[in-house]
Amino acid sequence: MTDALLPGANAQTEVPLKRRLRRAERARQVKALALVAPLLVFLLFTFAGPIAGMLWRAVDDREVRQVLPQTIAALADWDGKDLPDEKAYAALASDILAARASGTVAIAAKRLNYALNGFRTILTSTARNLKAVPEPGTAKETLGKINPAWRERATWTTIKDASGPVTGFYLLAALDLTRNADGAIVAAPSDQAIYRDIFARTFLISLGVTALCLILGFPVAYLLATLPPGRSNLLMIFVLLPFWTSLLVRTCAWIVLLQSKGVVNDSLHWLGIIDEPLRLIYNRFGVCVAMTHVLLPFMILPLYSSMKAISPAYMRAAASLGAPPLTAFLRIYLPQTLPGIGAGSLLVFILALGYYITPALVGGAADQMISYFIALYTTETANWGLASALGAVLLLATVLLALVYGKLVQGQQVTGGMKN
Amino acid sequence: MSDNSSLRTPSQRIAWTATIVISTLVFIFLIAPILAIMPLSFSSGSYLTYPLPGLSLRWYDDFINSPRWMNSLKNSMIIGVASTLLSMVLGTLAALGLAQWKSRFKPLVLAFVLSPVVVPGVITAVGLYFFFAPIGLTGSYLGLILAHTALATPFVVITVGATLQSFDTNLARAAASLGASPLQAFRRVILPLILPGLASGALFAFATSFDEVVIVLFMAGPEQRTLPREMFSGIRENISPTITAAAVILTTVSVILLATLEGLRRRNERLKAGGG
Repeated sequence: MTDALLPGANAQTEVPLKRRLRRAERARQVKALALVAPLLVFLLFTFAGPIAGMLWRAVDDREVRQVLPQTIAALADWDGKDLPDEKAYAALASDILAARASGTVAIAAKRLNYALNGFRTILTSTARNLKAVPEPGTAKETLGKINPAWRERATWTTIKDASGPVTGFYLLAALDLTRNADGAIVAAPSDQAIYRDIFARTFLISLGVTALCLILGFPVAYLLATLPPGRSNLLMIFVLLPFWTSLLVRTCAWIVLLQSKGVVNDSLHWLGIIDEPLRLIYNRFGVCVAMTHVLLPFMILPLYSSMKAISPAYMRAAASLGAPPLTAFLRIYLPQTLPGIGAGSLLVFILALGYYITPALVGGAADQMISYFIALYTTETANWGLASALGAVLLLATVLLALVYGKLVQGQQVTGGMKN
Repeated sequence: MSDNSSLRTPSQRIAWTATIVISTLVFIFLIAPILAIMPLSFSSGSYLTYPLPGLSLRWYDDFINSPRWMNSLKNSMIIGVASTLLSMVLGTLAALGLAQWKSRFKPLVLAFVLSPVVVPGVITAVGLYFFFAPIGLTGSYLGLILAHTALATPFVVITVGATLQSFDTNLARAAASLGASPLQAFRRVILPLILPGLASGALFAFATSFDEVVIVLFMAGPEQRTLPREMFSGIRENISPTITAAAVILTTVSVILLATLEGLRRRNERLKAGGG
């Protein structure tokens, strides 16, 4: 075989080889995907599906449509300017009788009562007092006699607004908004407008806890990053042990420490600093202290790893160029810790936003955060639409912040890679 | 220039001292509450105050003889072990797949797989409550195990994934070229190498389930109450020293988990140092 022949022979086998490689690579990719698939299917069932279901409940509005189908149909072409016509009244009377027979009046009454306080009474009293299908042409008069509310336009616009199948009602309510009789979005009545305050409170507590974690965590992370590895590993136990201790244990510990006959009050009393026990728990102070305690490791660990990556040569260079220590710290060291500060703060803030257990156990009524109300409306009052809408707002905030966090951490990895 | 150039001037020495003082206070803040409730569980009195009137094991006795507490401990173990095993299988397979999978959708899939860690507990719990109630999975062990597995699996994916990053894929190829079947190669070559990662993943998964309370609050019936769930009602109603005994038991489990993890990490570092 001569050399001249070899390239030709190679060229002939090259194409199939390439194709074979590509095929093998494709098979590898399919196999890889097949390995990931069980988890994806599992999470679809136990995580994504349930959350999508919750989001759907935030806009789902089929209760009234199911209980009062004829009324909804009759109101379909009602312009909402005057009272609806006799046809709608007759449909309502027939629907109410049917609902009474099947025992579903309460379902519609509950939904309509969210939109208009007192609607429950209107509907149940009508269901109780309506003896039979009114004579043709007298439905309007009969219903108006049973409850004068049927002579008011607002009663009917409430039904029309709740005719579904989807609604913005709960999402608007979660933002203290509502639709007036003309369909315009306006501020909700002040007795229902509590959620902006609760969101603001959630935001403020989270912000305060994040600030506290940063102030307390920065020196610790600096110390751990500066000490020789042997000693810093030992001190790291002080950060990792609380990190691994049950949330319930830590919350319980703070109650024991801070209650009026607790360790802190007793010690202060014994030292003669106070006469009366201080109120340290079941208020905002207790919530902030306990949450800071729980979340502090989440600040220290990212700060530590960002500080660990800073070469001491930079500070030495700054010093050798004549920068005073404070200037060197502020202009050389601090800027390099900013990604760590950002990552740690965002992480703590995101986790704090969703806190439920700690505020529920160590907070007072005025310190409950948004998660508490989501839980309350789910299990206690069963206002699932509102619970889901509040959940949707919280989820949106969390996802947006998590995206920022992801970008930040990714950026850090890129610059970290460049430094190496 | 001296080696310890950061401590040249008096002001720097003051700054360093301040760092040490503040850090010490923060360390006390972090550890003291956990240490403070431990002796209370050995108190012979029923008040949670110091000084202790005397020492006794009566609250542990109370814990062991209470069907409610023992049942909750048993439930925590059942749910913790089952969800750890399930998340190990799902998480390890997914980590192996993700390590080989090349696609522009990979970051998206990874974000989805890790998202149960970030989404607030109440949102997951409410969603599961709505979703599982109609199909009879609330008030059941299976429902809680599935839910805890969803929360725990991200940790397995992270820890096993991190181990795989430092794994030399040529070793798997070498095994294949020497005639090992894929299963043999996995069992004899890949598994021993990623075992430390698997073990830390399992610890994280177990700790996640063992500490979880929000989902249990929504989904557990009286039969499935776990230890944290029982502590939650205990703290709400009235803190008895039995709760501090439960806290000590929980903390002991945490310390064992942490110590095992630290041991694994050291072993891994030693191996790496030896190999490199």
